[in-house]
Amino acid sequence: MSAAPVDAPGDEAGVAAAVRAAWAAGEPLLVQGNGSKGAMLRPVQAARTLSAGALTGITLYSPQELVLSARAGTTVADLTAAVAAKGQQITAEIPDFSALFGSTTAPTLGGAVAANLSGPRRVAWGAMRDHVLGLRAVNGTGEVIRSGGRVLKNVTGLDLCKLLSGSHGTLAVLTEITLKVLPVPERRAALVVRGLDPVRGVAALSAALGSPYGVSAAAYLPAALADRVPGLAGASALVRLEDFSSFVAYRSERLRADLAAFGPVEVLDEATTLAVWAAVRDALPLVGETGAIWRVSVRPSAGPVVAATLEQAFGARWFLDWGGGLVWIAGPATAAAHDAVCAAAHAAGGTWMLLRAPEVLRAAVAVIPPEPAPLAAIARRVKAAFDPKGILNPGRLRAGA
Amino acid sequence: MIAQLPPRQDVLARRDAIVAGLRRLLAPDAVIAEPDLLKPYETDGMSCHRQVPLAVVLPATTAEVAAVMAFLHREGVCVVARGAGTSLSGGALPMQDAVVIGVMRMNRILEIDYADRLAVVQAGVTNLGITQAMEGRGFFYAPDPSSQLACMIGGNVAMNSGGAHCLRYGVTTNNLLGLKLVTVEGEVVDIGGGHLDAAGYDWLGLLTGSEGQLAIVTEVTVRILRAAEGARAMLAAFRANDVAGDCVAAIIASGIIPVALEFMDRPAIHACEAFAHAGYPLDAEAMLIIEVEGSAAEQDDLLGRIGEICRRHDPISLRISASAAESAAIWKGRKGAFGAVGRISPDYLCMDGVIPTSRLAEVLRRIGAMSAEYGLQVANIFHAGDGNLHPLIMFDANEPDSFDRAERFGADILRLCVEMGGCLTGEHGVGVEKRDLMVVQFTAAELDQQRRVKSAFDPGWLLNPSKVFPLQVPPA
Repeated sequence: MSAAPVDAPGDEAGVAAAVRAAWAAGEPLLVQGNGSKGAMLRPVQAARTLSAGALTGITLYSPQELVLSARAGTTVADLTAAVAAKGQQITAEIPDFSALFGSTTAPTLGGAVAANLSGPRRVAWGAMRDHVLGLRAVNGTGEVIRSGGRVLKNVTGLDLCKLLSGSHGTLAVLTEITLKVLPVPERRAALVVRGLDPVRGVAALSAALGSPYGVSAAAYLPAALADRVPGLAGASALVRLEDFSSFVAYRSERLRADLAAFGPVEVLDEATTLAVWAAVRDALPLVGETGAIWRVSVRPSAGPVVAATLEQAFGARWFLDWGGGLVWIAGPATAAAHDAVCAAAHAAGGTWMLLRAPEVLRAAVAVIPPEPAPLAAIARRVKAAFDPKGILNPGRLRAGA
Repeated sequence: MIAQLPPRQDVLARRDAIVAGLRRLLAPDAVIAEPDLLKPYETDGMSCHRQVPLAVVLPATTAEVAAVMAFLHREGVCVVARGAGTSLSGGALPMQDAVVIGVMRMNRILEIDYADRLAVVQAGVTNLGITQAMEGRGFFYAPDPSSQLACMIGGNVAMNSGGAHCLRYGVTTNNLLGLKLVTVEGEVVDIGGGHLDAAGYDWLGLLTGSEGQLAIVTEVTVRILRAAEGARAMLAAFRANDVAGDCVAAIIASGIIPVALEFMDRPAIHACEAFAHAGYPLDAEAMLIIEVEGSAAEQDDLLGRIGEICRRHDPISLRISASAAESAAIWKGRKGAFGAVGRISPDYLCMDGVIPTSRLAEVLRRIGAMSAEYGLQVANIFHAGDGNLHPLIMFDANEPDSFDRAERFGADILRLCVEMGGCLTGEHGVGVEKRDLMVVQFTAAELDQQRRVKSAFDPGWLLNPSKVFPLQVPPA
């Protein structure tokens, strides 16, 4: 993406100093963690790279309060291991797109929060941003700002944690993040109904998610993609239960009965369950695709409609997560295919992101939907409220912003 | 009365013309300007502050809200949005030179979609009204503030309301999909919709809990959830606050997340028992109400595990409910806590701080010392799972300076919460109540950062003035 010199301060004061220097000089910065998602969204033209990758380490972990703080450059792998040692997990089930992007650097907590990346558990337990209790960041003038805190409930002042989560480093450089974590369930089990068409498949997912059994994930893979996932074969409507062992056993039986109208229900063993959901989380069935990758988010019932439209438009390869509402799409990296994705998402009242494409396409098209004029004007003013000289990741989300 | 920005004399002087302009936009009965009819709007749930507004409007549609906002923006008139007026922090307190926009006539449920698990409702629908509209289908809207019978979803969005069950289900911000907004200029904007996680900046998250500072909410798309098969409660009484606190930590550390985990201290137990006769143990220093969900067998299993943990903490008594009726009895005292305290004290202030749950015993000791120092009784109710502390400070407004002492006591408690690593408010909001304490939690640079975000939405600072931010001239 950029061969610019990389500045990786070892502490927050160093980050603030680097931003103040860039602010004084009016020089744009490429803001990143370890750069594992550098090929996402629009390319940033910057003279220097500011990395939070050297800000590492857990600064607070109180398992009995479900609270964890870590510096932004701490790797997701290190965090996952640290909480696993206490029988807990990062609730958002952060996807790892290393295979998808062909990146070899370790994704960081700051990157996951900056991109608001949420895995299959999103549909039941909320997005990455829902678990951010507090953060520290450096704004575009080099000031350190905090929002939220280290407690589970907090409505003090404007919720800048939400605004900065998913802002892709365009408003501030995240330096430290506090998360709510949850216990690892005693047992996980996936239930599969095979051979359903997409509409029936999503209906089965809706029935499961609308049951009282606490389904924690629901995805649909058409046969061509399911066949790429070890443990699956043929079109698969998949749901997941996570709880105490005896609860999972009981709920599996109840769901089997509830879903009987859709077909026979198979319960996968725990090892297969973990592997299958990791594949869904990281979009592994699309890793071999060479073109562009999009993520479209719509009402769950509209997922199959978007998929069918794009299959017809350009032979899209696709699968559905989040109960049918998250449509993963692979297709040719062309403006025509991109326009078809945007049109289908728009027609379904949803949102979209061009996740992966050659730089030339990402630089040429809008990678996320345009905002209505009044909101776009507010967005420009909000950007200026954090980054008055526009030096933080300019153009990453939108051209000229 | 708390300090306010001085009313704009030019606006007060144009009052009749402004009211006439509003009457041209709305049905005759939707504009209130007569002093006796304005009286009911002079306060909210924080009734120690009163201020009659310039006028009140009760629009019936988003288009009417937009027309009113555009007009008031042209006229340079401030706006206070109001739902049911149940705010406990003075979030809906009117200002003398402001028009109150009440959304109570926008009370229709526009859509319920069980397959996609969402409901679209107007801002004036009550919190409980959403769940009631799904009666018989087993679905519910999760956040359950104790005012849920009266409070409106528009106000819930503005204050990011919580409730007793947010340890499991989250607060308002975690249960929204979309908003229809009217900007200060009167533009209508849709944010989010039926889908999860719009790309770009998280406007939904920023607007939620923004206390009417950024825009007016007219429609809300909420997530609806299928309820668990059932729920059951248990009651555990302990000899000391720190023992109860340790028990809470042990329950969480065991991997169980109860749907509710409520703590009451000795004064709260006594007040509630005298009021509700719920059978609470009067010899206990601290009491927990713990609720779990699931099938009957799952409830037995969870309550059994939790009971084991409680037994390791030398409980005075343990009472595991055997039925829905017994669970209701256990909850009865807790749910009547405000009324109970109102019965033993002529007046009380309900505070709303948050602390790290591990500091509970220490915080209660310090509050006890302050209670003696101020000469005012206090009863503590605590959402123990999430650290949200509600001290109820009792006073008698007929006693000279009693209210003033109660306010200073309350402010000291909130300072203590921040000192312990917590925050000023967990669910009631800043409003006017905690406005001047914001400097305790935030640096000047942090407050200015928030003010600049406010300015990006509301450059003229017309929305809900004199709230949230300590008074000063807005930054350029």
